[in-house]
Amino acid sequence: MGTGDPAGMHMAHLLASSMGGIRAAGDLVARMQLSKKMRIDEAKKYVADKLHVTPLDLSDPHTMRLLREELDIGTITGVPGVAKGIAAKARIAQLLDIEINCVEQFKKKTGLHW
Amino acid sequence: MTKILTRMGDNSNVEFTKDELRQEFIDGSEFAAQKAKIPPLTENEIDYLVDMFAAPTRIWGVQRGHEVVMTKDGCVNALNSSQMSSGVVAPVNREVGVRLYESMLGFDSMEISHNDYSVKPQRFLKKLEMLHVEILMETTIFPLLYGFMPNLGLYFKTDGPFDNPYDLMQQGKIEEARATQEAAGEKCLEDCIEMSDCMVEMGADGIDYDTVASTGDGEFAAVLKSTEHVAKKTGLPVEIGMSTEMVTGVHGSIEYNGKRLAGMWPHQQLQVCEEAGVSIFGPVSTTNSKKSTPWNLGKALVFVKSCTDIAKVPIHPNVGMGVGGVPMFETPAVDVVTRCSAAMIEIGKADGL
Repeated sequence: MGTGDPAGMHMAHLLASSMGGIRAAGDLVARMQLSKKMRIDEAKKYVADKLHVTPLDLSDPHTMRLLREELDIGTITGVPGVAKGIAAKARIAQLLDIEINCVEQFKKKTGLHW
Repeated sequence: MTKILTRMGDNSNVEFTKDELRQEFIDGSEFAAQKAKIPPLTENEIDYLVDMFAAPTRIWGVQRGHEVVMTKDGCVNALNSSQMSSGVVAPVNREVGVRLYESMLGFDSMEISHNDYSVKPQRFLKKLEMLHVEILMETTIFPLLYGFMPNLGLYFKTDGPFDNPYDLMQQGKIEEARATQEAAGEKCLEDCIEMSDCMVEMGADGIDYDTVASTGDGEFAAVLKSTEHVAKKTGLPVEIGMSTEMVTGVHGSIEYNGKRLAGMWPHQQLQVCEEAGVSIFGPVSTTNSKKSTPWNLGKALVFVKSCTDIAKVPIHPNVGMGVGGVPMFETPAVDVVTRCSAAMIEIGKADGL
């Protein structure tokens, strides 16, 4: 993105153009861009298919807030018992059928395998 | 005649008639097209931009469903750094800042880096940097990249150990100037690889090389080789964000895969980055503060389109202060930032920002 004060830069881009991170499914689409070099439409379709929703739903904070809790992949608001941090990422790796580096490191450290 | 209120490249207000506004977009577009020998914006695209800027609303946005993902450079400098990084000196550390970007701002991804953002100073703090990455990887959900500027300039005297090529060139010592850049480039590459490898080991989701080629073609070559190392040896993603639209030929004859790097425009930079194995490419168009935002945005969109038309990887144009049409001012106005943001996606066909 780039620099600039947070209100003028980050909040402005977020409101104008962003998928909204874990508020919706922006983190999941970003993972597909990074790990598989997918361009935006392909990445959205891949994630939408895995979640059994439409690409439009991926930016919808209503649909995704409920679905993220149901899938137990981390929510933006604090909900006791819902997966957080690396636990959420372990579930995301399984859901999207990708490897997440820190999850793999965690498995090595703990000797856990799944 | 009705006047349309918009901004100059320095963020100050300016008024245009609708015809003047249209001409600003056309002039900026043709400037970029002629420089890089690429197609200018079409009539339909100019129409969209004129309508967008003529609308009296304070903010603009993409059509629902066209949202994209954000990647970020400079970590939380905008929160806890000084005016130098448009920072608001908020009393938060890096860990808290990253968590706020995830939860409060809903960012799609984030970059971890030190406030002193170049690889040379970061290398001295390697263990500390590794620890912060390790801890954040366990507590966050969104993708986290580790990032820095290669900033080859810091390797030259008086900041570093290598003879300064700019001094040598002034003395007519062209071969010596080239030799010192090649030697410094090797050291910079070594540092880039060392810092990248240790962050991969800490579980980072990828590496972000930012403000690339700020010291010209020698620096760009080092980054391409480092990208090749990370992508091919570790399989982890690399994002490359450029520093300006054309690679300066400080050296002049450095090549990558048989292609001369000096003088490359964004669509040519993209191609060598893809050959090196990049996962996300960030083209840059620098803002001319004496021209209007429509002129600067028209220019930026031509460069971005030249990349998105041919890209095999996602394109995330830089849209921070002073790039991508956004004014060069530490508190850029949201009326033009949101318009530049939406235009990059609706017209530039960007995959992210």
